[in-house]
Amino acid sequence: MSERASVPKDETEEAADEATESQDTADDGIATGADAVAAALEGAGVELIFGVQGGAIMPVYDALYEHEAIDHVTMAHEQGAAHAADAYGIVSGDPGVCMATSGPGATNLVTGLADASMDSDPVLALTGQVPTDLVGNDAFQETDTIGVTQPVTKYNIFSSAPDEVGDDVGTAWALANDGRQGPTLVDLPKDVTQGETDRQPAGPQTPDTYDPPTEADDVVVQEAADALAAADRPVILAGGGVIKGEAWDELHQFATEYEIPVITTMPGIGAFPEDHDLSLGMAGMHGTGYANLAISNTDLLLGVGTRFDDRLTGGLDTFAPDAEVAHVDVDPAEISKNVHADYPLVGDAKHVLRQLDDAMSAAPSIDAWRDTCQQWKSEYPLDYEMPEDEPLKPEFVVEKFDEVTDDDTIVTTGVGQHQMWACMYWTYVEPRTWVSSHGLGTMGYGVPSAIGAKLAAPDQEVVCFDGDGSFLMTGQEISVAVRENLDITVVILNNEAIGMVRQWQDGFYEGRRMASEYPWIPEFDKLAEAYGARGFRVEDYDEVEETIQAAREYDGPSVIDVIIDPGENVYPMVPSGGDNARFALTEEQLEGL
Amino acid sequence: MTTGELPGPAPDDRQLPEGRRNSQGIRIDPEAEAEHPPEEAVLSALVKHEPGVLAEISGLFSRRQFNIESLTVGSTIDDTMARMTIVIEEPRPGIDQAKKQLEKLIPVISVRELADDALERELVIVKVDGDEPDKVNAITQMYDGTTLDAGPRTITAQITGDEQKIDDAIDAYAQFGIREIARTGYAALARGEAPTAQVTPPNRAPTEAQVATQEVSDD
Repeated sequence: MSERASVPKDETEEAADEATESQDTADDGIATGADAVAAALEGAGVELIFGVQGGAIMPVYDALYEHEAIDHVTMAHEQGAAHAADAYGIVSGDPGVCMATSGPGATNLVTGLADASMDSDPVLALTGQVPTDLVGNDAFQETDTIGVTQPVTKYNIFSSAPDEVGDDVGTAWALANDGRQGPTLVDLPKDVTQGETDRQPAGPQTPDTYDPPTEADDVVVQEAADALAAADRPVILAGGGVIKGEAWDELHQFATEYEIPVITTMPGIGAFPEDHDLSLGMAGMHGTGYANLAISNTDLLLGVGTRFDDRLTGGLDTFAPDAEVAHVDVDPAEISKNVHADYPLVGDAKHVLRQLDDAMSAAPSIDAWRDTCQQWKSEYPLDYEMPEDEPLKPEFVVEKFDEVTDDDTIVTTGVGQHQMWACMYWTYVEPRTWVSSHGLGTMGYGVPSAIGAKLAAPDQEVVCFDGDGSFLMTGQEISVAVRENLDITVVILNNEAIGMVRQWQDGFYEGRRMASEYPWIPEFDKLAEAYGARGFRVEDYDEVEETIQAAREYDGPSVIDVIIDPGENVYPMVPSGGDNARFALTEEQLEGL
Repeated sequence: MTTGELPGPAPDDRQLPEGRRNSQGIRIDPEAEAEHPPEEAVLSALVKHEPGVLAEISGLFSRRQFNIESLTVGSTIDDTMARMTIVIEEPRPGIDQAKKQLEKLIPVISVRELADDALERELVIVKVDGDEPDKVNAITQMYDGTTLDAGPRTITAQITGDEQKIDDAIDAYAQFGIREIARTGYAALARGEAPTAQVTPPNRAPTEAQVATQEVSDD
């Protein structure tokens, strides 16, 4: 994606010299639109950008040459840059920033932006664009980036003047961060970033018409609290909004004070400690049996920061069908979008949980309900069989890794069966330790997200559970982890197949395994070594612990290729559109649904 | 051979709930209205007058499968803002959802659903065969229209009015042989002192949005 810079820079260099002289320090000197972009990023506190160079974005990179406060990590592919920025955003809470050139650079970001959009992850994307006078002429590396990214961004803007470009970047950063978080994009034509300006951008601020709610309506809060106090079978459903809204302490306080069982969605993993008695784990398609029975039998469902996605609800006709729903969300458009809210609580999760706490007159009398939930927990354990003479069970590998790591260890994943095993067999007790692709289901998210997570939290251990199929999509980003000397461990749960598709083919397509199995697959340990990482290969139970230890001890990125039972399926399972309470535990049950 | 099976009581041996929800996620309750038939609603949106806003809004309606009858856009007395008038046909929950999704777009300043008595007008230009100019002129006058162009082969007239009047006029012209028509779709304002869409920052809390809707329907 290279292009010879064709615009003479003499004038801008002179302008830069003048600007430098007129300012106290070189860092404050703004001579071009690109300088204003860099100043805006610095003003927003951006410390790190994930990106890939290219012709139309070169002026911005050139401006960053002077900005030592902002680091840049060159990714192997722009999709990797977007996923790394996404994970950085999840772990740090602040927008992750990715940057790419026009045309293919921008279109390669699209998958990552769509992923961030579905999961409300804060991401700011900066894309180069051909000079304004060439826009619309099908110029070299021209794509209508604004048009292409409109459906997958919270906000995007074509920056049209050097005097405004700094403010455009600040606005986009603020919109990615404030209210319901999400991806934003600023398209940066080359003449705008090279054009002259000395205008210092204002700090990051949202438009004056943007006014996300904080506190919910007091009357509705009181009604919801009264309904909760009077409920016989209440549950709290904690979504990703609890983590995005930094409301985990308020959730913990509320749930434990009134002793209400807590279920999480997949993005909500980590919002409430899974080792707590009140935790029922995750509900939905591959949720725990006890979470799915509790959510099906509840009479009052308090959903916090969840959008009631179809993978959670299954068929709407059977979703929590006896429950009044109290729904807390910062985005009014989520209220009653999928599941009707009897108590719409529009506001910030942190504030609304405090309001509810204040409005509660008493704890609900639900000893029998809690006992029922505990009974379900004992009836539906995640007890997989582990015959020693058969291939390795992936569940065992996840559990072993969890046993030897600290609570603040961050897990990232690709998408598929391995992702579900990483959900179910690792016990998450802290927020922002689960980093995954939920809504979009992006295979290949794992390796670049591990890079983003590690750079956001250098003091925390990062392990990526990946599938062989997912690793094949973005495994080249290991080269970046090597270059940046990132101490991450990638565990490939290798069944030589796109395993979840293979599982569906067996369950719903009469075992016709079309295009799901790889007749040949690289040796990932050797591939890792070729990239400069440490590679390991594990086939037997007795190698698991020692290999995990060796990989963790290695100071740098390592890849463990774990050859698992290729026939292992993920249970429990609710078929798409099915009844959560009728989850299948066996193949026979699945076929009977 | 696949594995991964887990222990526990089978689906038929479990405590299963008795209730149901409809396709809109509403519990089916004899006291509540279970089905919402489609209805027509006129939404007026005040938006920032920026490039791409029309594409953003039309894209929203298509990708979320809202059924749009007409969409017009024009300038306002403030150069920085434009007004869009959107007619949609959806069940009530879909109309409410469309309003919320519109309000969520950053360039959208405010959205209001107009009451039934709102002032709604459309313009149509009709080009018919010119064989019977007197009769065509009579129809045009009957509908308070204007003849824009009259030649030996074609006559072109304009009619303004609400949707019903326009439909009726087109029916009346049909006898002469309609060559082409162009309809504008609705432009609309709230009646009397009621504001159509306010310039103040939008009220994003649905409880208050519901209050606003209530006021509209109480009018």
